[in-house]
This record gives sequence, C-alpha cells and structure tokens, in this order.
Amino acid sequence: MRKAKKFSFLILAQGLALMLLAGYSFYRVEADRPRLELKKQMVRDWELTDLCLFTEANYTRHLTQADRHTPFQNSPLAFEHFPSGSILLPPEALKR
Amino acid sequence: MESWERQKNILDFTLSSLLRRKGKNLALILVYTLIVFVLASVVFLTHALKREASLVLQDAPEMIIQKTAAGRQEPVPFSYSEVIKKIRGVQSVGGRLWGYYYDPVVGANYTLLVSEKIQLEAGRIAVGQGISRTRLVFPGDSLEFRSYDGKLLQLQIQELFPADSELVSSDLILIGEDSFRALFGGTADTVTDLSVRVRNVRELSTIALKIAETLPDTRIILREEILRTYDSIFNWRGGMMVFLLFGALFAFVIFAWDKASGLSMEERREIGILKAVGWETSDVILLKFWEGLVISLSSFLTGMILAYLHVFFTSAALFAPALKGWSVLYPDFRLTPFIDFSQVAVLFFLTVVPYTVATIIPSWRAATIDPDSVMRT
Repeated sequence: MRKAKKFSFLILAQGLALMLLAGYSFYRVEADRPRLELKKQMVRDWELTDLCLFTEANYTRHLTQADRHTPFQNSPLAFEHFPSGSILLPPEALKR
Repeated sequence: MESWERQKNILDFTLSSLLRRKGKNLALILVYTLIVFVLASVVFLTHALKREASLVLQDAPEMIIQKTAAGRQEPVPFSYSEVIKKIRGVQSVGGRLWGYYYDPVVGANYTLLVSEKIQLEAGRIAVGQGISRTRLVFPGDSLEFRSYDGKLLQLQIQELFPADSELVSSDLILIGEDSFRALFGGTADTVTDLSVRVRNVRELSTIALKIAETLPDTRIILREEILRTYDSIFNWRGGMMVFLLFGALFAFVIFAWDKASGLSMEERREIGILKAVGWETSDVILLKFWEGLVISLSSFLTGMILAYLHVFFTSAALFAPALKGWSVLYPDFRLTPFIDFSQVAVLFFLTVVPYTVATIIPSWRAATIDPDSVMRT
C-alpha cells in the first residue's frame, strides 16, 4: 500500500476516534443528568456553598467561606502553604 | 483528479523524506504530542470542572451572612435573623450550623453540618464516601469524636451518601443539632452563619447593602460570588497554569525558531536536487506544507485523543498529585465530559497552524535560490 494511503487511513482513524469521543461526550452528558441532579439537590437541601475539591485546609475546602486572615488570602502574591494555592486564585469576595 | 494524484505523489515523497530522518522526526512528534496532550488535558479538565461547579452550585444559598470580629469569623447571634427579616424583599432567613473536625486517627479534616432535611435518629450520623474509605467505616459502625470539653462522643453511622455525590459530599458528615452542640459547645442562640433567600434575585445587591448598613459587623457572600470563585479555578493567571502555559509557549517558540531559522544542509541539498530534476518552486512549498501538516496534524490528533482518555477515563490521573496536594481525604469523582468545542478549535489554531506556516517560510526562501549554488554549498 502507498505511504500516502496509509497516512490518510491513520488520520481518518484518528479523526473518527475523536468524533466518537465527541459523540460519547454528548451521550455521557445526558446519562449523567441524574448524577448532576443528585448533587444539585444536596446543595439545595443542605445549603452547601462549596465543592469538595481540596480538603487540605479549612480555607481550601470552603473557598468561598474562608476567613480573611488565612495566609492564602493575605494578598494575591502571598506565598501559599498548600499546593492547591498554586491552582486557585483568591476568592472573588476578597478581591472587591 | 489529476491534482489529487499529484498531491498523493507529493505526500508519498514527503513521508519517505520524513522516514529518512526517522529519529529526529519521531522525537519531534513525541514532544509535539506531549505539549498538545498537556494543554488539552488542562482545557478539558478545567472546562468540565467549571461547568459542573456552575451547574451544581446554581442552587447554593442566595446570600450567606457571617459575623466577623477582629477580622475573624465568629458565631452569629440568631437574633440577627429577626433584624434581617424586617428588610423589604427578604423572603426567609435560616441559620446554618457547620464546622470542621480534625480526625487525628487519619489526619483528615471533616466538614460537619446540621440539616433538618435528613431524618437522623439521636446519636446517628450520615457520612460521605471519602470518610468511609479513609476510616474503613460503614453503616452500623461508630465513629469516635472528642468534644470541646474533652469528652468522647460515639456517633453511629446511619447511612453513606451515594458515591455519585462525592464532589460535594466526600468529607461531609450530617449530624443532629444536639450532637453538634455537644461536640462543639456554643450557645443555643448562635449559629455558624445565616442563609438568606430573597423574593427577587435582582434586588440581591440592594438587600445586601441594606444588611451591611444595618449590621456593620457582618460579611456578606452572594451566590454570584460563589459561582465566580469556581469560575476562576484553574484560571490562566493561577500559578501552575502560568508555568504550564509558558512551558508550552516556549516549546512552540523553540519549534518555530528551529523551523524559521532555516533548513539543515541536508534539507537544502534535497531541495536543490528536486529543483534540478524539474520540481517547481510551488511543488517544493507544497512538499514542505505536507511535511508540516503530517507532523502537526498527527501530533495534534494523538494528543487530543490521549488527553480525552486521560481526563475522562482516568479522572486526570497524571494531575492527581497536584490536585490532591496534602489532602488525606480526597474525593474519588468522575467528571462529566463537558467539552467546549471553541476551545478545541483555538487549540488547533494555536498548535497546527503556526507550525505548518513556520515550515513553509524557510523552504520558500530555499526554493527560490539557484539549485546549482544550493548543491555546491
């Protein structure tokens, strides 16, 4: 088989795989609706304010509710003790 | 048809030419794929997380009111709710009782919350999957807590929250008000903070302003701010993101520099020979265009597929150490694959197009000079 044909097949296969993954995304978003609804209901019923993403410290667990005196929020340039500080910006409420 | 045949012939020649420098080109494809993989993983992960946060938290309390003293948060007297209720537009005010408990057994922090929306018998609790996994406890088992006055408090697990809810409940313990007060002390007329619902959400900021004027020792957090906080997660200005972006950017600068600074002697001689045997300048440019496209397109597609599998099938396993940080108790969650196709398009134009263009320019320069002089150098 010619090299050009082999390469075309490879690119087509990769493109097809990406399209299949995009299709899978649409399917998954629909299939995950009950899962999302469950979390929404928990947030509504229990009046939750934050996602359980970073459990390292109080102020990373509840980002939106954190105190102003924590090292994380002294200033946007303050050195942060915990690694999640390198992923997050200070909460909006503190930047007003 | 003839034109397509010509393209196929040139592509054939391009692939043979690339295979002659197999080692160099494979290394190039590998690095290129890695850059696309890292960038696409970040794009997929951040968008999915942000989208999930905005959907899940859209029913969060409209307004949270904390009391502060000397810059620190402290319990709010429940009498504040009576003052707030009198403000026009306020629909309801409720007290929230919640706090943290550090478990020395595993070194993890739990979030304890009182809710009337779940029926708990006295001395019973409901816990998240993360706690169950970390402490190896299940419904019927007991957890021991040391209260504020040093007494031991045994609380039995009544139920576990579903595994699908880990992103909001992994470290959560729902507890009765009596047990909460027995554990943390405090007086019955105080709560941790107040949550306020208003009749018209458009009046939210006006009501917040009135509350701040009436109760100056309070700090008000609006739902909009909660949502904005999670929208800024993994923002490009955040520390790690800047380094990732700069890393990728520098790698591309090196690529482009390598290409734009000219061709190797071998490549120039190849062009000279092609011109000598009758290739037109446009054919040579086409050859180089295909060369750039073969490398960048195959790297882009491979990088994208790997990034998708990485983020949505392995829950971004390679980023996990950075995400977990020092956490002892970490939620085991699977993200819904929300994809922003415009971001994918931007990634395509930022990676494939510059590289392909950078390949053409020096070859155009080499293709326009006399083949005789190219072959002699």
